[in-house]
Amino acid sequence: MEQSFATKSAFRFGYGFSPTDRDVAGVDDLLAQLRGPDLGVAQFAGPMLEERLAIQRAYQQLRNTMKKGDDSVKPELKKATRLRNRMRGDDTRHLFQRAMMDGQGFRERIAFFWMDHFTVIPKGRAGNALWGNYIEEGLRPHITASFGDLLVSAVTHPSMLIYLDQVRSTGPNSAVGKRKKQGLNENLAREVLELHTMGVGGAYTQSDVRQLAELLTGLDFDKNGAKFNKRKAEPGAETVLGKTYGGDPAQRSHIEAFLRDVARHPDTARHIARKLAVHFVSDTPEQSLIDHIEQAFLQTDGDLPSVYGAMLDHPSAWAPLGQKTKQPFDFMVSSYRALGVTPQDYNKPSNGQINKRLMLPMQFMGQPLRKAPGPNGWPEEAEAWITPQGLAGRLQWSLSTTTRWGQDLDPREFINTALRELPGGTLKFAVAGAERRVEGLTLVLASPEFNRR
Amino acid sequence: MDASRRKFLAQTLALGCSAAASPLVTPVTFASIPSDNRLVVIVLRGAMDGLDICAPLGDPLFTQYRPGLTKREFRDLDGYFALNENLADLMPLWKAGELGFVQAVSTPYRDKRSHFDGQDLLEAGLAETGGNVRESGWINRMLSLIPGAEQDSAFSVGRESMLILRGDFPVTSWAPESRVDMSPHGQLLLDAIYAKDPLFAQAGQTALTLAAQLSMAQMEGDAEDEDGEMMAEMLKSMKSSQAAQQASGLAAFAAERLKEDTRFATFSIGGWDTHLRQDRSIRNASKELQAALLTLHEQLGPVWDKTCVLCLTEFGRTVRENGSGGTDHGTGGAMIMAGGAIKGRKVYGDWPGLEDAALYEQRDLMPTADLRRYAGWAAHDLFGLSVAQIESTVFPGVDMFQNPGFLR
Repeated sequence: MEQSFATKSAFRFGYGFSPTDRDVAGVDDLLAQLRGPDLGVAQFAGPMLEERLAIQRAYQQLRNTMKKGDDSVKPELKKATRLRNRMRGDDTRHLFQRAMMDGQGFRERIAFFWMDHFTVIPKGRAGNALWGNYIEEGLRPHITASFGDLLVSAVTHPSMLIYLDQVRSTGPNSAVGKRKKQGLNENLAREVLELHTMGVGGAYTQSDVRQLAELLTGLDFDKNGAKFNKRKAEPGAETVLGKTYGGDPAQRSHIEAFLRDVARHPDTARHIARKLAVHFVSDTPEQSLIDHIEQAFLQTDGDLPSVYGAMLDHPSAWAPLGQKTKQPFDFMVSSYRALGVTPQDYNKPSNGQINKRLMLPMQFMGQPLRKAPGPNGWPEEAEAWITPQGLAGRLQWSLSTTTRWGQDLDPREFINTALRELPGGTLKFAVAGAERRVEGLTLVLASPEFNRR
Repeated sequence: MDASRRKFLAQTLALGCSAAASPLVTPVTFASIPSDNRLVVIVLRGAMDGLDICAPLGDPLFTQYRPGLTKREFRDLDGYFALNENLADLMPLWKAGELGFVQAVSTPYRDKRSHFDGQDLLEAGLAETGGNVRESGWINRMLSLIPGAEQDSAFSVGRESMLILRGDFPVTSWAPESRVDMSPHGQLLLDAIYAKDPLFAQAGQTALTLAAQLSMAQMEGDAEDEDGEMMAEMLKSMKSSQAAQQASGLAAFAAERLKEDTRFATFSIGGWDTHLRQDRSIRNASKELQAALLTLHEQLGPVWDKTCVLCLTEFGRTVRENGSGGTDHGTGGAMIMAGGAIKGRKVYGDWPGLEDAALYEQRDLMPTADLRRYAGWAAHDLFGLSVAQIESTVFPGVDMFQNPGFLR
């Protein structure tokens, strides 16, 4: 049977069908999700940056007191630890809850794309405390703006500065550098060029990396948040990609100026276009699709809604499904949605249950949350996910999840809710012939039809 | 042929679509009521082959129908029927009169042979699928008729509530976390849906084995990272869940409660859908069942004498062995009973024989009695419910006919 627009849209550009969601009728329905307010963060978000840092700071201080041998703070430390762990559990919960929402599938998929593009693996004492804020304040408000806005916000967020060692980078000739004999750390500079903007094939050189590293000095973070530390900034101007930035005194705006320039670079346009096509459409996308997105990027100076629109405009965006497989997060979210589990259903479970139901399964399926293999994020190709271990995780999770949530579902109806016109005769036959309801539901969730997109 | 049997045979129902049964490996449900007797119902999901568990080896036709499956060893029961070797450890119970069978029984469910609908009807205790079939279970309706049963005297254990206990009578539940595994038949179905997708087919071959092992080894590897505390907690709960997932673990838990105020317990054992290589595929489920019954016997102590265990399944399986050494969905099946409260060492029921003309649609064992009748008489003898109450409320439409007298 021919695949409908609604089905292709739900699988390729959303988190699948839910019994309560409206069908997407056209491309404009998808783009409209990006024009409104961020409904996900409005409903499901953690504390703001200052509060997160305060919670972390309180915990740290009490721990230090304990270490010095003062046991009297033990009960307080216990409370502070709980608060800190709770925050981390809530960040996980919120990530799932937002993605499970009806009517927001495309926006949420876009948000996940950028979270992966600008991967941050929590690191250091404040890493976990900041991670949720990085997503909620650092990334999401900018995914419907221009790529330049998004780039500046992502690269200068405390989470990124900590993760890619910018806080360890000091201009060798700066006040701090001379006094403490400290120098540059190129990590963030390299990844900005290689991963975040131009791509590994981009027209930059080692000298550009070095110069950018010097330019980035001064971006710093302490226990109160991000700040520009002039005493760590390398004096003098830097030349990156043939253009000179900065001069004395060093200012944060010099860095922003570079980021906005590189955000519009043709290599960046091609890199982002390709990544979008690979993430959403196919592990091996047609060149014409990449070209089309790239053109829109260049013509609009990286206006992101226009870039997404170009992707949706292209005929290959609506080719038959099956050219990718869902990553574990997408698999879990779309399974929950199909089973009729709502974001509100996840308000209740305790932190421990969050770990057991969400974190641990993701680990078993090969996508441990917050622990991507590196700053390049998760792999895209189907072969990376549909491994014996990965599939075993999906199966085991499906069995226990349908047991928990599928009590009142008839597999013969569930297959229609989840897959509409997609299932072949074999799958329908197998689902109807399962010996227990849980196994019937599990066959739907574990099927190639459900896992491919 | 007696009148009731004729009437029962006439009930070949037209079936509509309905919601599916509430299935799971391991729910245990309890109810406590002011009677000294205990009833344990074990739902055998997947359609247990009654002809392999309580095999009519005395009929030479049986060997012809099942040349492969009858080559195995069986333990003689009464000179005609013989016990499946996987249940051999139950022979002492049989000899003590604490194990018995009913042959050629079924629910009123006919012809579509769907597990979901069949289990629905079995647990609902109704005569027809569709409509309100998933609203209440027969044990819940039974509880509502027992004077003195209190709101909190009934509760269920299991990761989901079984339909058999669902209904207006209030039930609270306790859910042990347990790991669930795919049944052998489910694994075959999975192979089938992966066959045309090389990526999934390749990964799927070893995925099932791994899924069954997913737990301890990997968990322990991570127990020392920064999430140590939480991971250790998870580990603990997963360990206790592993113990709970075995049927014997559930039976032990049930026994604890039955020794106290609880008068009623139910759980299920899956894995009976033996379409392929039944000599092997029936082994696990049988062993689980055997372990559950032996655990109840051992741990109930003196209470065992007041206990009746009924093992029910949604339908039987084909009389003939199929082309892959298994059997397919059938109609008439067997019911297993155990406990010190029963008069065992006997195969009850009106055995229809295996001649071609005696079979249902020339393929299945002819059901000669409604299994609800036996469950109904158990409710009558154990808890004092009247025939009228059973025929109108517990099992609407059942014809109770005569008491088969299987309780002491």
